[in-house]
Amino acid sequence: MKLTKTAAAAALLPALLFATAAWAGKADDTVSIAFAKELEHVDPYFNTAREGVLLGNAAWDGLLYRDPATGEYVGNLATSWTWVDSTTLDLTLREGVKFHNGEAFDADDVVYTLNFTVDPKNGAKNKVATGWIKQAEKIDQFKVRIITNGPFPAALEYLAGPVIIHPDEYYKAVGPAGVATKPIGTGPYKFENVEPGRHFVLKRNEDYFAAAKPKAKVGTIDIRTIPDINTQMAELFNGTIDLVWQVPSDQAEKMNGRDSFQVINAPTMRVGYLSLDAAGRSGDKNPMTDVKVRQAIYHAINREGIVEALMKGTTEVINSACSPSQFGCDTAVATYAYDPAKAKALLAEAGYPDGFEIELYAYRDRPLAEAMIGMLAEIGIKANLNYMQYAALREKRIKEGAPISFLTWGSNSIADVSAITSEFFTMGGEDDARDKSLSDLLEKADSSIDPAERKTLYTQALSVIADKAYWVPLWNYSTNYVMSGDISFTPTPDELVRFYEIGWK
Amino acid sequence: MLKFVLTKIGMAALVALTVSFISFILLFMAGDPAIAIAGEGASGEVIAAIRSQYGFDRPLLVQYVDWLMRALSGDFGMSYYFKAPVSGMIAERLPVTMTIGFLGMSFALLLAIPMGVLAAAFPNTLIDRLALGIAVVGQAIPSFWFGLILIVVFSVNLGWVPASGTRQWTGYVLPMIVLGYYATPAIMRLTRAGMLEVLSADYIRTARAKGIKPRRVLFKHALRNAIIPVVSLAAVQLGFMFGGSVVVETIFALHGAGYLAWESISRNDLPTMQALILIFAMFYIAFTFLADVLNAWLDPRLRTV
Repeated sequence: MKLTKTAAAAALLPALLFATAAWAGKADDTVSIAFAKELEHVDPYFNTAREGVLLGNAAWDGLLYRDPATGEYVGNLATSWTWVDSTTLDLTLREGVKFHNGEAFDADDVVYTLNFTVDPKNGAKNKVATGWIKQAEKIDQFKVRIITNGPFPAALEYLAGPVIIHPDEYYKAVGPAGVATKPIGTGPYKFENVEPGRHFVLKRNEDYFAAAKPKAKVGTIDIRTIPDINTQMAELFNGTIDLVWQVPSDQAEKMNGRDSFQVINAPTMRVGYLSLDAAGRSGDKNPMTDVKVRQAIYHAINREGIVEALMKGTTEVINSACSPSQFGCDTAVATYAYDPAKAKALLAEAGYPDGFEIELYAYRDRPLAEAMIGMLAEIGIKANLNYMQYAALREKRIKEGAPISFLTWGSNSIADVSAITSEFFTMGGEDDARDKSLSDLLEKADSSIDPAERKTLYTQALSVIADKAYWVPLWNYSTNYVMSGDISFTPTPDELVRFYEIGWK
Repeated sequence: MLKFVLTKIGMAALVALTVSFISFILLFMAGDPAIAIAGEGASGEVIAAIRSQYGFDRPLLVQYVDWLMRALSGDFGMSYYFKAPVSGMIAERLPVTMTIGFLGMSFALLLAIPMGVLAAAFPNTLIDRLALGIAVVGQAIPSFWFGLILIVVFSVNLGWVPASGTRQWTGYVLPMIVLGYYATPAIMRLTRAGMLEVLSADYIRTARAKGIKPRRVLFKHALRNAIIPVVSLAAVQLGFMFGGSVVVETIFALHGAGYLAWESISRNDLPTMQALILIFAMFYIAFTFLADVLNAWLDPRLRTV
């Protein structure tokens, strides 16, 4: 008797478990998405994560919007804008827009949001987003003026990207801590449930004004944080996750062989590069201070070979110190083809016929770093790999520099060269070149509001970087999207997953 | 007994203080928190401003005493990374870790003690070898691999449990097995050794001679004595489990204290790291203390300090 009871329970158990499992999907109009990283704070001004940019775009709106198909700026919360002078931008705002809590949108929201995030005592973390703004002023109920810290032609790109608008009355009442669990925006999705860092449920905003961005296609977006890529794949197999990205290429290839999944590879704005210590901050006798040695290193790296063998997808070799998709990124600069013999000759000319030993620092993509170390060994350079956490490497580089660093930069998704080239060659902490004339050139380009002039100046600057081989530009990074078969979604090259564009087949 | 307990409490407090001081100094030596807070692409002025805003330019000892005073009143400060009160974050995440810790420990004990008893009852037989084999495998399999295999079998193929998360209670089953299985070998070996020693004692021979049933001898007379060292081992291991397993919490997306510790380490989030180290150390100290007291209560010979 006892035995049969146990057996019955054992037989029933799986059925019971099945009953409790929630099957999301097309039937209940819910797309489940996995984030690999725990988002530190849902307010876009209080995180620096890509996941935060995606949520910012889904639940909030910017003043402008950049159409990913044409690259043109169109009005979003603003309807028109004019530069009064090189540091003053006037915007006319859209009327009749309402926040998710019913609060009406007007100039007060814009002025409050911008001035709140600019004020350092409020501790906003995303300094890049609004660091260029000096202050915002209300002209009338639907007109605002933004004053910049010096001429800043990339302003429109920022207003179309990370700069989103909060409702002032609500934000004043609850502060960033309240927003962390109950965020309110104007966007195509509204937050229904927020468990900070681990679970977000977005519901379609039925009243969305849909001027630049369309209304959402799918009713519910359910986002869970699943750090482990293998667990993400298991959830995909179970049908409990419908969309993930940043899937390593070996995993993506395996999934591609299965009919029930779609795998799409799309480029991103992130680029990889070797930064060489031309200024000699890591030691005066550093061989990197010699331009011939830097050119030799450039000649020694078989970039095409690494991309073909190790990176796959839509990754391509880049030649200038920026992402080709960015404004001002001239790709017609000097390059140094893979040529070990020539590299050896250059080393000998520089006085290192037998090569030398040097420290190479990296924080990600260990196999790629090791491949490059092997190539350097072929021309007699013995590079020792120092693999560190990003924060630690960054600190070391700011304090004392490093002879060779293998780094990557995603430009915070800003499609403008000022977000990368000017970031690293204007005498900042991570500037390994410390080239005054180059820095002046870039600062002039950053502050000009004439696009043609900017382009010319950036081309000059990128040519100097290439001629002096301050960097070895390597490749852009691509990302793999794995989706269940019934999802319809086309990834864009800016790696910005627009949740409202996700639909069903 | 009272003197014994008081001495142990005093020592535990001293250990906790030492741990907090050493970890505070080490964390500050490991990296400049101002650069970590400033984040990607911050300028030198911003970093300098943060340094003075957070008071990192004060002498280390002053910063420590300041932290300690607030920590004693339960205020662990604000997380640099999450921008939320540390005590709130830990209070939110510790229950998950403690739940799988308790479950894992129960699983380990339920598996290890019967296996240890069986192995000792039939030493050097197939049963003994089998128990040993199961235990050794538990020690040898890396938990990230074991966890994935369990997910593939029980979630993907059989569909009995979710692959990750704890939205349903069944989400706790696989983490419990992975965590518990890892603790099994030591407990099982200790049970077996203790049982073998006790079974050769005179009073067991007497019990058997009196004609008491073998099962009763085994569980009633022998196990009660053999289990004493297991109690202290289990207590220490439970303290260890409460520290959270980064691997298990990552694989099963559990968002417990172990995962929080890992996140705060990789972000150089000092207040969170400092608070977690102290709390983990306290668990360890508390359980070791409990084990000491428990053993002293069970065995008066141990009551000398």
